[in-house]
Amino acid sequence: MVKEGVYIYKVRELTAGIKAVLEDTFSNIWIEGEISNFISHSSGHFYFTLKDDKSELKCIFFKGHNEKIKFEIKDGMHAVCFGKIGIYEKRGQYQLYITRMEPKGIGALQLAFEQLKERLFKEGLFDESAKKPIPVLPGRIGIVTSPTGAAIRDMLHVLDKRFPGVEVLISPSRVQGESAAEEIARAIHDLNKLGNVDVIIVGRGGGSLEDLWAFNEEIVARAIYNSKIPIISAVGHEVDWTISDFVADKRAPTPSVAAEMVIIKKSDLLEKLDAIEKQLKDYPLEAVKELEQRVDELEKDLSLRFRHYMELKEENFKSLSEKVEILSPLSILSRGYSVSFKMPGREILKNVSSLKKGDAIETRLSKGIFRSKIEEVL
Amino acid sequence: MTKELKFEEMMKKLEGIVDDLESNEMPLEDSLKRYEEGVKLLRLCRKRLDETKRKVELLVKKGGNLTTEPFKE
Repeated sequence: MVKEGVYIYKVRELTAGIKAVLEDTFSNIWIEGEISNFISHSSGHFYFTLKDDKSELKCIFFKGHNEKIKFEIKDGMHAVCFGKIGIYEKRGQYQLYITRMEPKGIGALQLAFEQLKERLFKEGLFDESAKKPIPVLPGRIGIVTSPTGAAIRDMLHVLDKRFPGVEVLISPSRVQGESAAEEIARAIHDLNKLGNVDVIIVGRGGGSLEDLWAFNEEIVARAIYNSKIPIISAVGHEVDWTISDFVADKRAPTPSVAAEMVIIKKSDLLEKLDAIEKQLKDYPLEAVKELEQRVDELEKDLSLRFRHYMELKEENFKSLSEKVEILSPLSILSRGYSVSFKMPGREILKNVSSLKKGDAIETRLSKGIFRSKIEEVL
Repeated sequence: MTKELKFEEMMKKLEGIVDDLESNEMPLEDSLKRYEEGVKLLRLCRKRLDETKRKVELLVKKGGNLTTEPFKE
């Protein structure tokens, strides 16, 4: 039996008492442990257990706080958490209400960077096969950056030197702080929508990892990946590597270098044009010279052939004319024969029966003609 | 710029013409045609390069529509 006069707590009373002691004692604490049973509820709140080899502690990480975490929380991860112990009076449970979390042994942003890099790599966003070629001579260059930053001044300066008269379209966006990532993605999207640039430089000048963070956000990575226009990523300095550098079709170590990469030097181009012009101008001369030579050869060939032909013809003619001569009736006369005609009709005389005394005849010899009268037909 | 032949395309064409001419496999008439085409392109390229009006614009949104305005440095 309970002794009289002993104070008997109500459950709620005791719980409230414990709550007061615990919450007062453990109100702003750092605690480290291994994460297990991690659950990301559809409400956006995280529930998990922090443990070490001896004990476990229930933890709650409300949406309003966990939204700021860049990295993914996973079972097995060692974390350092900041928060307070609270009592869930209805169940008489104590638990840790977390407001901040850091991965142990590595910076939170560094971890987030590694995690996103790995995930996007596995998804194929960095694949070489997906990279578009950067044009040598873009007609118009799109630039996504802050219109008031140092980067845009540097880039315009370099572009002016390399290619006076180059056309540039700046798609302005914040490059650090809240909503910078969304603005960068939007600016890339806008340039694609407008569609009259041949290449896009996305970048900003140097800064801390936090300053450059927008370029490590997934939304920017996806905007770059989905861009139909080739993109050069130019974030910070040589040593700064961002996710956008990995996704972009090309990485430039700095914005100024991007401006150098994006367009050929005008003077180089003019030299190239001069070389082409020379090649072109030289060509027809060569061709015509060659042709002239061929014509000359043909001519020589032809005249030779013609001479042969004529010589052949001449020979033919000679033999032919000899033949004609041999066959000519005149040649018979030259051998001493003659031919006679009866006058006045000049019929050839082949038979004496047509002749009588006193008829006139004409006789043709090889050389000369004479007339005579018949004295007697024998 | 985008409606006309892009400079890079013109350069590619030019180089193609030079290659064609150098290969020496065309009848003279065709090669003269190619030559003329090349000279025309060359002139166009130079003209394009001579246009030194620098144009830097800023993309702005007006009433939900994208438009451009001159960029003041």
